[in-house]
Amino acid sequence: MTKLTPVLSAHWDEADSFTIGAYKRHGGYGAVVKALEMEPDAVIQLVKDSGLRGRGGAGFPTGMKWGFIPQGDNKDHYLVVNADESEPGTCKDMPLLMANPHVLIEGIIIASYAIRAGYAFIYIRGEVTHVVRRLQAAIAEAYAAGHLGKNIQGKGYDLELVLHVGAGAYICGEETALLDSLEGFRGQPRLRPPFPAIAGLYAKPTVVNNVESISSVPSIINNGAEWFSAMGTEKSKGYTLYSLSGHVANPGQFEAPLGITLRELLELAGGIRPGHQLKFWTPGGSSTPIFTAEHLDVALDYEGVSAAGSMLGTKALQVFDETTCIVRAVLRWTEFYKHESCGKCTPCREGTWWLVQILRDLEAGIGTAADLDKLLDVVDNIMGRSFCALADGAASPIISSLKYFREEYMQHLTTGGCPFDPVASTVFATAGSR
Amino acid sequence: MAFTTEQLTIMDSIIARYPKSRSAIMPLLHYVQSIDGYVTSTGIEIIAEKLELATAEVTAVSTFYTQYKPEPVGEYHVGVCTNTLCAVMGGDAIFAAVKEHLGIENDGVTADGKVSLEHIECNAACDYAPVVMVNWEFYDNQTVESVKSLVDGARNGNPPAPTRGPKTLRTWKENSAVLAGLSDGLAGEGVSAGEPSKLGLKISRGN
Repeated sequence: MTKLTPVLSAHWDEADSFTIGAYKRHGGYGAVVKALEMEPDAVIQLVKDSGLRGRGGAGFPTGMKWGFIPQGDNKDHYLVVNADESEPGTCKDMPLLMANPHVLIEGIIIASYAIRAGYAFIYIRGEVTHVVRRLQAAIAEAYAAGHLGKNIQGKGYDLELVLHVGAGAYICGEETALLDSLEGFRGQPRLRPPFPAIAGLYAKPTVVNNVESISSVPSIINNGAEWFSAMGTEKSKGYTLYSLSGHVANPGQFEAPLGITLRELLELAGGIRPGHQLKFWTPGGSSTPIFTAEHLDVALDYEGVSAAGSMLGTKALQVFDETTCIVRAVLRWTEFYKHESCGKCTPCREGTWWLVQILRDLEAGIGTAADLDKLLDVVDNIMGRSFCALADGAASPIISSLKYFREEYMQHLTTGGCPFDPVASTVFATAGSR
Repeated sequence: MAFTTEQLTIMDSIIARYPKSRSAIMPLLHYVQSIDGYVTSTGIEIIAEKLELATAEVTAVSTFYTQYKPEPVGEYHVGVCTNTLCAVMGGDAIFAAVKEHLGIENDGVTADGKVSLEHIECNAACDYAPVVMVNWEFYDNQTVESVKSLVDGARNGNPPAPTRGPKTLRTWKENSAVLAGLSDGLAGEGVSAGEPSKLGLKISRGN
């Protein structure tokens, strides 16, 4: 018996799952027919009633976000789908778009109709050529079938959908940086307010939603709000994609109701790789504070993870066993944040740079115990002091690793270097047993 | 080198996708790379002229994004993920070995212009770690040996096919055109999903 509930991933094992033919074979584009029969406000209400919350990290209620778009304002409205998936550990949207791009397109039509948008954009990261191909082809198929363009399905609703390909910038996953990038500027976050719902793309009311959030909409229209909200927990409704990676026997994607635990997911993934034990893991990407073996039974929903001191984030469960050096792991993440800091806000730009310098010394066994406090001091001075949350994300692995593994940092100082053998943590080290 | 009339027409069609022309700057930069292989000053000038911007404004955008290359890269641009998870799982070892094998450093190009190398950040394929990208196509579950043979194949003009991608690896310029939004008709090739992507589904079917 498993708790798995494949909806978005239900047909990924079919060889043509990414085509419109396969999508329609399983009832695809039926939800759009239903939605276009409804009043736009009724669609918003249905999504509100379902309890769907943003799957891109923040968990904001999707229907409420749609409801913020002012109606009757005689302005153009836009829907922008965030497919910039770049948070370390996060690997759900790219396989979803590769195997089932039409579910996103159907969700886009419904969401755009609900918020009265005539233009929608998918902002996809640029480093995934084949996913781009699949989306391009799917959009062309949807136009040819009359699901996009003028007078969709004869219902008098017009929608243009544009695929916009990024060019390698993690920060463009932040919604206001994404909008600047889509407008043709350097991708740097904007000061809020105004929020995108009031002044987003081209300063017009805009909804920015994650791929998985929008892709969940057709199933809600088809099966009803109650069907969706019957899954999950009290405040975290529905199914979602959990991505297990790292030192597990069988990494992969698991679609399950919100609230499943890592212990349950590990059972499905065959456990930690043979002969090893869980050391630490991220519940939702590198920007969410790490957990340890004591958190195996934390309910992986928005409230459960938050109560345990982290964030559900993107449900990107990166699992590391006892062969992994925590200082090496945190240094590498910190180097990532330094590299991806857009440079707009001084605390983030300078702070992440200094964090890297301190952590490099610590990994090399140079420095003193006072440097650990200095790390926390720098972190304290960059958190919440920038336009966006990138610096907060950089702080998470540092604060949480010092909370659980301060001794291991100290060990680097007392032994004058890293006590771990990097070869032991590679997959090659266990190639024989896999 | 000046662009042909046909190329200029394609640029106009890219601009026409957007409600406001400036939004076309990113696909146009991808398009320039599909012609010149990197962001040339000619390319910058043509984009600036088409969008009625100063060349400095186009350059400011181009230099912000790491996929836009200020110098030529190889016909096969290899990216080794060295973000934490891939690094730990073997990415660091792969990157070190490939640098030595090719005799080039990070951001280097082989003398024959065939292969360039870069360490990259998380590419959204963590369940396939360690991950290597070539011309931004997925090469999953790599080892030191598999990547050495991959780059050797690329240098001989015979690279292996991506794990999840078209049957034949296309060149850097050809894939840049796809990123600019121009279809190459290859979307139907390759698997729907790799095994890890289907694992949860498989288990649910078995129960």
